[in-house]
Amino acid sequence: MIRALALLLACQLAGEIFARALGLPIPGPVIGLALLAIGVLIHARVTGADPSKIESTELGRTAGALLGSLGLLFVPAGVGVVQQLPVVGAYGLALAAALIGSTVLTLIVTVYVFLFVKRLTGKASPRGDAP
Amino acid sequence: MSNPFAVWVYLSASPLLWLTLTLIVWLFADFLARAANRHPLVNPVLISIALMGGILVATGAPYQKYFEGAQFVHFLLGPATVAIAVPLVRHRALVMANLLPMAAALISGAIVACVSAVAIAAAFGAPRQVLVSIAPKSVTAGIAMAVSENLGGVPALTAVLVITTGILGAVIVTPLMNALRIKDFAARGFAVGLASHGIGTARAFAVDEVAGTFAGIAMGLNGLATSLIVPLLMRWT
Repeated sequence: MIRALALLLACQLAGEIFARALGLPIPGPVIGLALLAIGVLIHARVTGADPSKIESTELGRTAGALLGSLGLLFVPAGVGVVQQLPVVGAYGLALAAALIGSTVLTLIVTVYVFLFVKRLTGKASPRGDAP
Repeated sequence: MSNPFAVWVYLSASPLLWLTLTLIVWLFADFLARAANRHPLVNPVLISIALMGGILVATGAPYQKYFEGAQFVHFLLGPATVAIAVPLVRHRALVMANLLPMAAALISGAIVACVSAVAIAAAFGAPRQVLVSIAPKSVTAGIAMAVSENLGGVPALTAVLVITTGILGAVIVTPLMNALRIKDFAARGFAVGLASHGIGTARAFAVDEVAGTFAGIAMGLNGLATSLIVPLLMRWT
């Protein structure tokens, strides 16, 4: 578990360095995610391991434990937000309407555009063509 | 220490108490969510925040003291985000097969997320400072607060709106997608990760691993898209 944690933190650290050095508006951990995925695939190609069995490795189990309780990790920041609620001030109704309306609209537009383009591209390239 | 007050004075100043309470409150909320068969309204993040916030108000403990303990949990957000690489590698074939749908959904979803929030708030007469604060509400707090601050918003207000959006999306997504009869978990996950960042992604992982993976990708991509779109949008308003 310690080896897996060290690997996750090292990827995050590399991501933070990347983001800051290049002035990218992407959080370090997201760049770390990409670096780890690329690293795992290169490692699998070199050693001949099956990357689909990553779940049963030390890294896979640690990642599974972290992602299995992902919600917990938002609790400390969320508790801080409860204390900040007065900043909502006089615009509570406007903000509530905007958040609910915008979230529903965003979910609907995103999911339908995804499915629409998937159907389009699905027709364009015949099945069985993909590797 | 026979005086219970002295024990409390010691404990309330110790990170140990607040870290332990955060974990116990989460376990309780997660137990409720499981008992309710992961019903979308029984959201463990929302329950934990409400309970823990209530405990802080009831005891009068300052948030700074609480965070000294809870920061150890908060810190794990970084490595947990990196850990999404594992399901990403596992489902890489499905991800590669959906690159175009993801790109199209990202661009349209990111624009709708910013524009609709600003338009509705403006229709209710909210001033520019509030509009700037709500525009980046669909992305991770770190990015959203930086975007808001750069354009003259109120970062603390943005943080409240970001967390609220996360919980809203996590609660709404399952009944909404079921009502629309959408069964594609890649599409459902991508939508909730884009609309409500990490809290939406946590919900997606609780429902389905493919949904969680696509939610994680959408969360990362929308952080980038929104930080580019909001400055352009606010130039026109």
